[in-house]
Amino acid sequence: MTDNTQLAAVRARGIVKSFGTGDTQITVLKGIDLDIYLGELLLLVGESGGGKTTLLSAIAGILDINEGSIDVLGVPLSALPANKRTRFRGQTMGFIYQQFNLLPALTAAENVAVPLLIQKVGRAEALRRARVMLNRVGLGDRMDFLPKSLSGGQQQRVAIARALVNEPRLLICDEPTAALDGPNGQKIMELLREVGRSSDRCVIVVTHDSRIFHFGDRMANLTDGRITNIERIQREGSA
Amino acid sequence: MNYVALKMLFGDRAKYLMLLCGLTFCVMLIVQQGSIFWGLMMWSQANISNLNVPIWVTDPGIAQVDEVKPLASTAVDRVRSVDGVEWAVPLYRGVLRARLTNGDYHQITMTGLESATLIGRPAEVLEGRFEDILQPDAVVVDQWAVERMGGPTVVRVGTIFELNDKLARVVAIAKTQKSFTNIPVVYTTYERAIRYVPHERRSLSYVLAKAKDGIPVEDVIHRIRAETGLGAFTEEDFGIKTYMWVLKNTGIGINFGTTILLGFIVGMAIAGQTFYLFTIENLRQFGALKAMGASTFTLARMILLQAFTVGLAGYGVGIGLATVFGYLTASGGQLPFAETWQLLLLVLVALLVICTFSALISIIKLARLEPASVFR
Repeated sequence: MTDNTQLAAVRARGIVKSFGTGDTQITVLKGIDLDIYLGELLLLVGESGGGKTTLLSAIAGILDINEGSIDVLGVPLSALPANKRTRFRGQTMGFIYQQFNLLPALTAAENVAVPLLIQKVGRAEALRRARVMLNRVGLGDRMDFLPKSLSGGQQQRVAIARALVNEPRLLICDEPTAALDGPNGQKIMELLREVGRSSDRCVIVVTHDSRIFHFGDRMANLTDGRITNIERIQREGSA
Repeated sequence: MNYVALKMLFGDRAKYLMLLCGLTFCVMLIVQQGSIFWGLMMWSQANISNLNVPIWVTDPGIAQVDEVKPLASTAVDRVRSVDGVEWAVPLYRGVLRARLTNGDYHQITMTGLESATLIGRPAEVLEGRFEDILQPDAVVVDQWAVERMGGPTVVRVGTIFELNDKLARVVAIAKTQKSFTNIPVVYTTYERAIRYVPHERRSLSYVLAKAKDGIPVEDVIHRIRAETGLGAFTEEDFGIKTYMWVLKNTGIGINFGTTILLGFIVGMAIAGQTFYLFTIENLRQFGALKAMGASTFTLARMILLQAFTVGLAGYGVGIGLATVFGYLTASGGQLPFAETWQLLLLVLVALLVICTFSALISIIKLARLEPASVFR
């Protein structure tokens, strides 16, 4: 890690999020404080129902919070109106999902080009950049394949290329290896690790998969809506 | 994102074809039924349009063209005396029975035209010369008379038959628009028509007239009404009066209206449901697009583009099929089929309503979709 890691990409303070009302109200996040720094890969772990995905959605600005504040790259995201938040998300964040969520009718290259098309980049330019990105994730020979013709690992690599194609500074990953076998999961995490090493980006990964814990820089444990501990992960060869 | 929207639409072939079939069926049904309906309406006023005269003068209480209310023979001169009338001629119209030489009887519509001008004569003659109607005992029949009375071997130029025990000789065959009742039309001169029919105190059916050049037809009609106490109508108004009577006094309007409405509802139901299913099945993908920064407006535009694309494809195919149907069934004049541009425009508007409605259901669903749902 470099000195840049001390620059907080995400600063969350006192986040409370509840679902439902009255007697059926459930508070999922109970006052979360969390800083995530540029140049790091943060693992968000914990038991099921502990609030990991809710926290991830709140940080991404796709879920309104009841209390607290979230600043992303210096922008008070939780205070932005919905349309500005959507635009900000499109310009600064990339998403990787457990189930890939690729559009089945689009080829790999077209799927990767989608975030650029949303940002109104011309189709030819978007496809050109998508092809470059697919080459980077090792799928240069699968550009014109439909998702159904790709393996799970290949589909997740397409999803990573899609998440990275508009060069987001914040990469948000929800169980990216859950649908993959061991070796494919390792390859995916190597790719994400590489992205996380960049000094102007950070990666947040929600996971249950203990086989990939060593790819993280820090690991935050979320239990019953609270962060119980944040530990720095020691890797072989690190100082 | 238009490209993505179209790829999504065409990528799900089963859904696309189901949507296309639904909308095609809907358009075809509406166009086909609408064209037949409009064709029937045109047939209902064929006895007006076949004569092609600008002003019809008759009894003021007349309901429709086939309901003849005889006038006094002086009515012609009274109309002629109205300021602004260029000409006015008598017309006889009545139903008679023709007896062929083979003993068959056929009901015919006798149309008597003023012999000096033959105003009201059909524009097109298929065989013979219309002017020969001035010869003794001469009549002209329309092509439907040939068809209804036994075909060209039985009725042709030179054929002789009896009308009320009086001789009639066919000198020409004219082409006319088929009428609603499909009773063959026999033309002769006004004077001879009066001789063919049993004697009545009043035998003048209509006075046909024209306004002088430069004088508005409506003004002349008002003057005729005011000065003669008779009813006067433009050709168009008399046609409307006739088909309004048909709509009111037959089940045609309700019958065709119900079918057209059913086509509209079935089209809307199929398109709406299929589109909604299409959206539900792609909900995670749409959620992912929202998370990636696509606004609800962008997604709504994508849905509308998909709906209108499949809608216009269905419109084209549906009209094509309806036209082929019309060509195959109506080219011989057996079925009324009038596919007008007004009808096609109306169907296009109906289709756009269906597509907008279908898209709207999906758009409401997408507007309520939380992008966070993709993480669940």
